[in-house]
Amino acid sequence: MIPLLSARGLHKHFIGVHALQNVSAEFFAGEVVAVMGENGAGKSTLMKCLAGVHEPDEGVIEWEGKEVRVDTTRKAEALGIAFIHQELNLCDNLTIAENVFLGREPRRAGIFVDGPAMQRRTAELLKRVGLHVPPGERVDRLSIGRRQLVEIARALSQQARLVIMDEPTSSLTKAETDILFGVVRDLKAAGVCVVFISHRIPEVMVIADSVMVLKDGKNSGGLTRAEMSPERIVSLMVGRDLDLKQRRPASTTQGNVLLSARALRTAMWPAHEVSFDLRAGEITGMAGLVGAGRSEIARALFGIDRPVSGSVTVHGQTLIPGNPRAAIRAGIVFAPEDRKEQGVILEMAISENIALPGLNRMARAGFVNDRAVNAQADAMRQQLSIRTTDISKSTGQLSGGNQQKVALAKWLALRPSVFLLDEPTRGVDVGSKREIYEVIESLAAQGAAVLVISSDLEEILRLSDRVLVMHEGRLAGELPNARLSEESIMNLATGRAAA
Amino acid sequence: MPRFADHQKTLIIAAFLVLLSLVCWMLEPKFMSPDSIGLVLKYAGLYGIIALGVSFVIITGGIDLSIGSWIGFSAVLLPVLVTGNQLHPSLAVAAILVLSAAAGTGHGLLVTKLKLQPFLVTLCGLFIYRGFARVVSGGREQMLPESLQWMQSSLVSGRPIAALPVPAVFFLLLVISAVAAIFLNKTVWGRHMLAAGRNEQAARFSGVNTNAVRILSFVICSVLAGLAGILFLAETKSAQGSSFGSFFELWAIAGAVLGGCSMRGGQCSIAGVLLGSLMVADIRQGVLFVVDDNWKEVILGLFVLGGVIADEFMSRWLARRK
Repeated sequence: MIPLLSARGLHKHFIGVHALQNVSAEFFAGEVVAVMGENGAGKSTLMKCLAGVHEPDEGVIEWEGKEVRVDTTRKAEALGIAFIHQELNLCDNLTIAENVFLGREPRRAGIFVDGPAMQRRTAELLKRVGLHVPPGERVDRLSIGRRQLVEIARALSQQARLVIMDEPTSSLTKAETDILFGVVRDLKAAGVCVVFISHRIPEVMVIADSVMVLKDGKNSGGLTRAEMSPERIVSLMVGRDLDLKQRRPASTTQGNVLLSARALRTAMWPAHEVSFDLRAGEITGMAGLVGAGRSEIARALFGIDRPVSGSVTVHGQTLIPGNPRAAIRAGIVFAPEDRKEQGVILEMAISENIALPGLNRMARAGFVNDRAVNAQADAMRQQLSIRTTDISKSTGQLSGGNQQKVALAKWLALRPSVFLLDEPTRGVDVGSKREIYEVIESLAAQGAAVLVISSDLEEILRLSDRVLVMHEGRLAGELPNARLSEESIMNLATGRAAA
Repeated sequence: MPRFADHQKTLIIAAFLVLLSLVCWMLEPKFMSPDSIGLVLKYAGLYGIIALGVSFVIITGGIDLSIGSWIGFSAVLLPVLVTGNQLHPSLAVAAILVLSAAAGTGHGLLVTKLKLQPFLVTLCGLFIYRGFARVVSGGREQMLPESLQWMQSSLVSGRPIAALPVPAVFFLLLVISAVAAIFLNKTVWGRHMLAAGRNEQAARFSGVNTNAVRILSFVICSVLAGLAGILFLAETKSAQGSSFGSFFELWAIAGAVLGGCSMRGGQCSIAGVLLGSLMVADIRQGVLFVVDDNWKEVILGLFVLGGVIADEFMSRWLARRK
């Protein structure tokens, strides 16, 4: 049987990252395929290459046995490939019908939108996806789950034969997921191939005919329905080819509790309370899948967001919620995940960025002492080996790794006691990565409490004295150093096991 | 997107100002007469004060449309307080400045706490303060009080240095500019304001009180508008509540933009705004002498448009060179 779509030897490079390395895939009509892998394994990149969002650097894509070039989404749509983004691509202020036919509106006399025809055809499509809502309803009144179904209706309206979904269930309730799966089964019965990315093993076991696993941008293996088991999926996701990563020896003495979070509930996951302590001299890893609510916890601790409820105590004093300045005064600092928008100000000089949080300390009567600003920046450049000849250059001219060092350097001078680091080495080259690890370790050695949020399991294993694992807003478990392994973390992160 | 370094931009603006003046001079020799220079500098001084004010708001990514109405309001309020209510002139001036600060605080609070857009908040201010100006003046023309007649020559048109055709108000502008430049570049608050204007989110993540600096920028703008209202009244000797100061905010914004301020925020130099105000005054005078006064808005609009387009092309060119 000729596969509906097959890809061979796909390569895709982004700046500094080899996102896809010789990846191949085959998808057949009437099949439901789950694509799995850890964060950053290349799943979304592969899907985007097949849907014309990205063009692969190398490799062949065949549609029904004929080689095709899918370099635009329009070409993919013309072939019959529909791509449903994780963050849905609907216009909130338009109706369902307007969204379904956006850009392809049925017309009358060539220029007027044929409203009745659009409504009628949309109603038929909505019936097929089991959505009992009038086609004239505005999209922003629908739940996320229903919007997903609208996306599928749009795919059907394009006569799609291959529907790709990027984590379709990540924001759905159980009931919505069941409806979605019903639609997937109907599509399958109609000969459509459905390819979806998922992190949820139980769901995959229910719906998928086969599983394709990626790891570090490479094919890690595939499983047929008969071969599928949760254990085999996890072992393919984690891989057995781990070269020995040097783990730091676990700290033997237990430091004092510097920060404790109690019954913290964030706006993203208001149903779950999270409590934990951070101790002096300890690096606490925080693992979990994207969307598990890790960054939201860090933002609440630092006061960027006001938690729905709960308290944060530092050195025994309760923090004012929702006030970053109070957090900084109490000794908490935060290097956010989005370095370019939140961590540093790209247009500003390196020295100004480093000085910004502590500007008051380098001023007399409100006037900034620029000599002190430059001296501090120079000291930080040496201490963190920030690679630049000139600290008055704008921070945007530095490489990602050096920008990240600036994002850390600006806090060091304040001598804080608690560091919250969200993805501290994302998009950072290997050399800088090692240097940043050394900085983090020396911070802990000097008695700071460090929380490292990371989607990079190797990083978590490399740095952590213990690991907190988040799953869908809950603290799924805490792993002491002795029980750390990729499997133990992934089991908790995917909700397969409770610690 | 890479932008020019501020000082490069300021130099280009200065060069253009010189070129413009030379062209006007060649077309009309009277342009460089002491009287004409004095007029240009007086306009630059008066409008420059409000241009500086609005620059602070523009730095933090906002806009203030209420300046003209506030000028009208404070200009009619001064005679009403002094002549009508027998208030001591210095107390009346102080009251107007305090009231201005309160209005600016109000704008700032609405923008930061209620997250309203500066455009809308100050558009409402534009209407409300114009209405206030008509109400407090009772629809009657208000005259500069006798006791304040000295202001006209001491603060606006008099020549502090007899040998130079430079009016007092231009010196006042230079002093305010110097204070503004020191505030913006040397103090913690100024640095925080620049940081918040370049990237409000990152500034907040660095512990900058971004709401406070935004409120402060509106306060500075309104206080300078209140001061300008008094100076404009001193210059013209009388004010009509219904029209005095109308559209002045637009001349101020034009000066700030010609001076290199980016409406995206975070980019503004005080020297640039000073030059921008001079350019606006230059264009007004040049149009008056060379073309016809009726054309001044058209020509100014074209100049601002040209400046913005040139800035955009230069930025793209710099981006390509990188």
